[in-house]
Amino acid sequence: MRLRFIFSEIGIGLRRNLSMTISVILVTFVSLTFVGVASLLQTQIGKMKDDWYGKVEVAAYLCPSHSTAPTCAAGEVTPDQMTKIKAALEQPEVAPYIQQPIYFESKQDAYASFEKRFAGDFMASLATVDDMQASFRIKLADPTKYQVVADVLSGVQGVEQVQDQRQLFDRMFLIMDRATLLSGGLAAVMLLAAILLITTTIRLSALSRRRETGIMRLVGASNLFIELPFMLEGAIAATIGAALAVGALWAGVKYLVVDWLGSSVQWIPYVTTADLTRLAPLLVVIGILLAAISSVVTLNRYTRV
Amino acid sequence: MIRFENVTKVYARGARPALDRVSLDVERGEFVFLVGASGSGKSTFLRLVLREERASAGRVWVAGKELGTLSSWKVPHMRRRIGAVFQDFRLLPTKTVFENVAFALQVIGKPRHHILTTVPDVLEMVGLAGKEKRRPHELSGGEQQRVAIARAFVNRPDILLADEPTGNLDPTTSLGIMRLLDRINRTGTTVVMATHDDEIVDQMRKRVVELDTGSLVRDQSRGVYGSDR
Repeated sequence: MRLRFIFSEIGIGLRRNLSMTISVILVTFVSLTFVGVASLLQTQIGKMKDDWYGKVEVAAYLCPSHSTAPTCAAGEVTPDQMTKIKAALEQPEVAPYIQQPIYFESKQDAYASFEKRFAGDFMASLATVDDMQASFRIKLADPTKYQVVADVLSGVQGVEQVQDQRQLFDRMFLIMDRATLLSGGLAAVMLLAAILLITTTIRLSALSRRRETGIMRLVGASNLFIELPFMLEGAIAATIGAALAVGALWAGVKYLVVDWLGSSVQWIPYVTTADLTRLAPLLVVIGILLAAISSVVTLNRYTRV
Repeated sequence: MIRFENVTKVYARGARPALDRVSLDVERGEFVFLVGASGSGKSTFLRLVLREERASAGRVWVAGKELGTLSSWKVPHMRRRIGAVFQDFRLLPTKTVFENVAFALQVIGKPRHHILTTVPDVLEMVGLAGKEKRRPHELSGGEQQRVAIARAFVNRPDILLADEPTGNLDPTTSLGIMRLLDRINRTGTTVVMATHDDEIVDQMRKRVVELDTGSLVRDQSRGVYGSDR
């Protein structure tokens, strides 16, 4: 009896304020979609870092024949200088940070990989072995400890430049972080709008049923019994909104990221629908929390004993 | 059943008290008229019994409970022992007669079979048998008040509070309502009725409590409306 009665009350409430109910659903939908996008972007960044930081190296480019760098004043790097550089990298203070062996890429090696990469390109065919630059490729045990290696090698004769490949990615990660921030900011604004809208909806609903709630109080209905239909109304609308958000994110991840991006740019590890499966319950919980917070704030004022 | 001990109620700070040190005892099964001009404190008295308001000073007991110390989550249970009817009936226009009465039982979680047996009984008692499916606007004022009384009485309360129940009704219809309240009183229910209707008070010859600007000025068994008549 109780349950059936409560559900019929909820049905009446939702139908009576249909346009408000729809707007609550839409606002929750949009806000939670932004929350989801922000979270997925962060997941994406995490995945790329995991994948790439393991592969990236620090490249110590050795002096070519015509370089203006002060450490290259003696001209092209000599075998003697190279031995010294190698020794510097093998000294005990630095060695623990470096994965042995250190790979040496000669000019011939560089040329070979260059040719392979730009096969068939006319401009590339003009390049010669002497245009290439020899380098030490150093894999770090901990990719964040780049500075240690850079300090050891900078200023050493024969090293033109030390480059951390990580920097190339960092700009991209920065862009993605900014996008996360933007999406998170929009999510916050929309969440606020959602709370205000749910509050208003519940208030309208409570006011339009003041006669009923008045009689309920009079005949001794418990507070929970009086407030539950209103709370559930908000919760149901918010849950539908959350479900729509999950659906939209799923479609986005499936068709946009996995199917489209995944087939055109294949070397990036993308977020998958599995990541979304982990995220979905969280979004639903946020939606329900939104409704719960709004209900508690509103109902205390409008249906109190 | 109802006991007021030096009860004062002040709504706004500094304003004249709506009730001023009122002490009163109503025994189980009594029928009490609460009379007095508008603003004399009759409604405040009833609201204090229902604990819609709390006393500013003094103590109120209803059905053995001291309302000042009653925690608010117990208030609903206390109210289940009180029925209340009003001048404006307060029926739900979208529900039928049966549903209006059943509503009072549904919202306190009574089982379905209980509702299906109790509601027809009480409708029969108030003289509305056969009109279960009407809606309030299809009924006369007197009939609407009977629905309200049925709703107040369906849970067999210990106390029935009536705030000018005949205020909107003509004398003949009022008389019918009074007979009904009298019948309810005879089942052992304590009835407290606030009214302006001197004819009814004079006819019934019940206990009369008179309030004047918040003070209790007369408490007379088998009394009449005006003390100087």
